Amino acid sequence: MAITQPPKIVTSRLGYDDSHTLERYLATGGYEGLRAALARTPEAVAAEVDAASLLGRGGAGFPAGRKWSMLRKNPVTYLVVNGDESEPATFKDHLLVERDPHQLVEGVVIAAYALQVSRVFIFLRGEFALGLERVQSALNDAYAHGAVGRDIFGSGFSVDVVVHPGAGAYICGEETALLESLEGKRGFPRIKPPFFPAAIGLYGDPTVVNNVETMSNLPWIMTNGGAAFAALGGGRSTGTRLFALAGHVANPGVFELEMVKTTFDDLINAPVLGGGIPHGRGLKAFIPGGVSAPWFGPDRIDLPLGQDEVAEAGSMLGSGSVVVMDDHTCAVRAAWRITKFFSRESCGQCTPCREGSGWLERIMERIERGQGREEDLDLLMDACDNISPGVAWPPQQTTICVLGPSIPSSISSAITMFRDEFLVHIKEGGCPYG
Amino acid sequence: MTEPTPVSAPRRAAFAPAAPTHLSADIVARAHELIALYPEPRSALIPLCHLAQEQDGWLTPEAMVDIAGLVGVTPGEVFGTASFYDMLHTEPVGTHVVAVCTNIACLLGGAAELLEHAEQSLGVGAGGTTSDGAFTLEEAECLADCDRAPCVQVNHRYVGAQTPESFDRLIADLRSGARAAEIPPHGTLIRVRRTTGLEVDPAAVADERRAAAEARAAREAAADGGGA
Repeated sequence: MAITQPPKIVTSRLGYDDSHTLERYLATGGYEGLRAALARTPEAVAAEVDAASLLGRGGAGFPAGRKWSMLRKNPVTYLVVNGDESEPATFKDHLLVERDPHQLVEGVVIAAYALQVSRVFIFLRGEFALGLERVQSALNDAYAHGAVGRDIFGSGFSVDVVVHPGAGAYICGEETALLESLEGKRGFPRIKPPFFPAAIGLYGDPTVVNNVETMSNLPWIMTNGGAAFAALGGGRSTGTRLFALAGHVANPGVFELEMVKTTFDDLINAPVLGGGIPHGRGLKAFIPGGVSAPWFGPDRIDLPLGQDEVAEAGSMLGSGSVVVMDDHTCAVRAAWRITKFFSRESCGQCTPCREGSGWLERIMERIERGQGREEDLDLLMDACDNISPGVAWPPQQTTICVLGPSIPSSISSAITMFRDEFLVHIKEGGCPYG
Repeated sequence: MTEPTPVSAPRRAAFAPAAPTHLSADIVARAHELIALYPEPRSALIPLCHLAQEQDGWLTPEAMVDIAGLVGVTPGEVFGTASFYDMLHTEPVGTHVVAVCTNIACLLGGAAELLEHAEQSLGVGAGGTTSDGAFTLEEAECLADCDRAPCVQVNHRYVGAQTPESFDRLIADLRSGARAAEIPPHGTLIRVRRTTGLEVDPAAVADERRAAAEARAAREAAADGGGA
């Protein structure tokens, strides 16, 4: 496959040092998409987004247009933007909020107009101190410019946008936990049903929750049309998407790529993208979509970067983050660290997740330290099975939210792909990689 | 069967919120600005905890009492919420909270070795605070800066990928105040203040909420009718 040259839909301004300012934004077509939207009916704006077939960029990949259309039956009260980007090795929203905050604000106002809401909350993870300042500055300038607030650009449409800082909890990326947090409570995911905040959301009122990157696509879609967006990519995966590449590559970073047209091989190895694995080493494994996703070996490197293509191969494109591990990486140590993360971030509501994650972490730690037993491998898989029966993909769920069934992914991947490595740790009493 | 004893109502009544006594007039003024942005005051609880940390560097019991009064909950509810979140410190921390990420991308970039160096260099383990109160060292989960691994934040400001050598220079710069303009003391999170209040009439939002509640009641009534 080849690396295509699609239009830059969300990263067009990143070459400018002052990409976050209103001056630069206006000089580069900023707020034109909003003006185009306001000249049309809210229904026509929603139909344009439907035509783009924009899949939500948060991780679950739900079509944004369909999320909105559920609301057409009910009056919607709030739009909430999920900027709690915390999935390990995911750092695309970080880029968007710091480097192009006006694009986010413009997208948010377009969505608010389509949904006819008058109050928007942008929830950003608290660790984005600079991002919080940049989005607040952008909002202050946008209010003064007439792009947010009362009677936007003389259209008669009014909306207030509020930036809300999180306080450090991975679970708040789960949309019902995010809403609880926004209500001033612990970030405990809510019991389903109702499955969608569209039915019962913030304060029990109908709410749409969309990701930062999803919102950032809207100005381009309004300016260039949903059909132009849908012409990019392939199958259900339309448009471009931000891929965050990290780990053992020469050139880690965030790349905007046309979906499906580009492969993992391109992303990892192309000189203009990842630039290959340094120090002349080989590829051991890669994680295709955040640490909740099952790992792939080198045999899957030709897979295209498409949501359905990755799902059919037994994992997920998820949050669009790809972690590369070279052949000097200890699989046990990598899986242990990911398990430790889940153990720390489990909210504690459901027993399989709260207890299971801790047990798994302690067993993984003792294997990595050379104190494991051979029966530990079965014990690990048994504990995984108690969290997610069958340890299959897509996973079965015994918990309120999907954090629980995400825990087994790295452990079962590592055991399946690198069982010998576990046995060396156990039999030789230590990590062969030091 | 006797009626169940109501538990929550009398307990709530026992806490009579008073005017803030610990938070400064400026912080309280900013707190009221924030509370006005939300349909329900409790939504401002976490933003107010950040403000309290800006004043004190950490979330003191006195500040939690003030916040409770400001948003209309008990101090216990403030503590119960705050204790869930990594960024809200209900125990004192150093002027500089140094967070070293060791999650997967940073681990592959040498974060475990960096954290070990940081522990030796500062003379405290992860979670510890130096005896002079200047530094708290934290082992962090992913901070979303994975192309600059291993990632370090000081007071939630990114300082880029660090080596053991650059880490020691960073600490020296923080000690000397060389980076004070860029990195405020711990607790100061958002230095940009919102310049406008809400512009949409709150009555419009109240009308939307009422319409939503009525629509929900109608749907539920229809669903009940259909089931009967």
